[in-house]
Amino acid sequence: MKRFNRLLFAATVCVAFATAGVYPAFSAETIKIGFVFSMTGGAAVYGASQKEGAQLAVDQINAAAGGGLQIAPIFEDDASVPQQGTNVYNKLINGDKVAAIVGPTLSNTAKITNPIAQQIGVPVLGVSNTAAGITEIGDYIFRNSLTEAVVIPNTVKVAKAKLGFNKVVHFFGNDDAFTKSGADAFRKGLQAEGVQILGEQTFAKGDRDFSPQLTQIKSQNPDAIVCSALVEEASGIVSQARQLGIPKTVSIIGGNGFNSPALIKNAGEASEGVIVGAAWNISSTNPLNVKFVDDYTKKYNRPPDQFAAQAFAGVHIIYQAAKAAGTTDNRKAIRDALVKIKGLDTLLGKFSFTEGRDADHTPVVQEVKGGKFLVVGN
Amino acid sequence: MNLLAQQLVNGLFIGSVYGLFAVGYTLVFGVLDILNLAHAAVFTLGGLVALWLVQAAGVSIWLAFPLATLFAGLLGLLLNQVAFVPLRKRADSQFSGLISSIAMAIVFEAVALGLFGARSVRFPQGTVSVHIWHVAGVTITSLQVGIVLVATLLMLVLTFFIQRTRTGKAIRTVAENERAAMLLGINVNGIIAFTFFISSSLGGAAGILYGLYFDALAPDMGRSIELKGLAVIILGGMGSIPGAILGGLAFGLSEVLTVAISGTSNLRDAVAFTVLFAILLIRPSGLLGRGKTREA
Repeated sequence: MKRFNRLLFAATVCVAFATAGVYPAFSAETIKIGFVFSMTGGAAVYGASQKEGAQLAVDQINAAAGGGLQIAPIFEDDASVPQQGTNVYNKLINGDKVAAIVGPTLSNTAKITNPIAQQIGVPVLGVSNTAAGITEIGDYIFRNSLTEAVVIPNTVKVAKAKLGFNKVVHFFGNDDAFTKSGADAFRKGLQAEGVQILGEQTFAKGDRDFSPQLTQIKSQNPDAIVCSALVEEASGIVSQARQLGIPKTVSIIGGNGFNSPALIKNAGEASEGVIVGAAWNISSTNPLNVKFVDDYTKKYNRPPDQFAAQAFAGVHIIYQAAKAAGTTDNRKAIRDALVKIKGLDTLLGKFSFTEGRDADHTPVVQEVKGGKFLVVGN
Repeated sequence: MNLLAQQLVNGLFIGSVYGLFAVGYTLVFGVLDILNLAHAAVFTLGGLVALWLVQAAGVSIWLAFPLATLFAGLLGLLLNQVAFVPLRKRADSQFSGLISSIAMAIVFEAVALGLFGARSVRFPQGTVSVHIWHVAGVTITSLQVGIVLVATLLMLVLTFFIQRTRTGKAIRTVAENERAAMLLGINVNGIIAFTFFISSSLGGAAGILYGLYFDALAPDMGRSIELKGLAVIILGGMGSIPGAILGGLAFGLSEVLTVAISGTSNLRDAVAFTVLFAILLIRPSGLLGRGKTREA
């Protein structure tokens, strides 16, 4: 056994040296950025989009930079679990000595991993975390993903102006951090707009049969249904609501969780008229977004989703900060430059960080029409 | 009143799918005294194969349904051959069979995951044309009616088959006493394999109906119904076919009414399983169970 251990140690040392040699020697003009996305596990669908979006941004920036500042990306997989996220963070921070980290995919993971970066002083930019309490971890933690607390009240406001509803039923998932924070945002938004909530119904993650709750909702005769759900449940709710004979005049209004092409694909005809608030819309006419959608579709043969878009924007934000700071390895200088980002042109629109280092840009409200998300108005 | 009627319709509908699923479950148990825990995986694969036939092979659902049902039946034969036959000679075949059926469930689920991916998939639009009827304030879709009809028909055919036909009688004989059946000249192994075929076909059919209605097929969808199917056959009485049907309906109704009254789906399973527990206390052999007479 002892001999085996010694062998193992020798092997580890060899591997360590070997991998150290694999990395190219970075010039002074190269900034190392770590990307922590969920490439395997439950969130693999999102992580894959994020990696593609980020890779596209890095390629374009490096091609355009010429002799200027280049990005050396290091992609790591957190396997959708915090434990693996912790390992990867330690490797990136202490081994690769990255200047900044983009990620991780899930808020759950971010809550465990980001304190590590905060303690050592590595700037982290979340590009998909929307739960509460992420940027509160510390002054090195940023995110460019709009939270439900911003998106949903805006959605309620715009939808009310368009549809003029006065009484709604609130239907949400009550066993998930994301859908619950969405539900809180709906309550606040509805209250601010003076809309009456006739009642609340809830479901659990993985439910497929929503007919009992929808039958109750139908009997309450609401003007609209507001719904905080992830896309799988959202699709079932929308199609079963129409099957149960809740008329199209009763609009269904959802948040970020609804903002996926999968909603239209799964609910089909029933998804027509659904109102969806989101941080990003594929049909936005912002020239940067048009170019992004074009380039992405060309490269990967399918249209991008919000995860790819936010990751793409995230790379540009970090790059701008690094350029402004004029450094490739001074983590504190990059953090200070991030704080100062104001009105940066991104595909998300004019982007700034709030005082709490959360995203600040105009959210969109969309309506499903003819099998597509169309912007209702800002 | 309309509200209650609508909820009863909802419950009747989901209950008939549970019933169809549980009938196959209970059939194998009645004959072999073995729980086939791969039944839920066959349920999933039945649905996914029907979807594949419709989507990739462009077959109409009216043809895809019997084909996928047949496929599920063949899976049952495979299941019997791989997981149960080699163990039957052993003294502890009940437990080892239970475990090997779990293994087969994992294999089937992994195959489904590999072939169809982890994402929820659905039947393409217009696979079945759906008409919506409003009868006295109650909304019923033609799909729901069709599903209840198909489920009822399959259950009736099965009951008739078991009660009246020669093969059905042979199945009941094997269930009663394998040794005696063998002495009577019944091909016991053949009958057992046939039972698996029927049981898995029904499970696969339930999977297709479930997938058609909920529009969300995923490799792990069997898990949500596995435990319920087990509860349904315990509720109805282990091995009893009418019991499984009755149990399925009771379970479906209790679920729907719990959600309707409480406004949340968190209590759904709690209430259903509490009812199960209470029934086991009052009638340990289930609603229509045969009690202990068989073992005497």
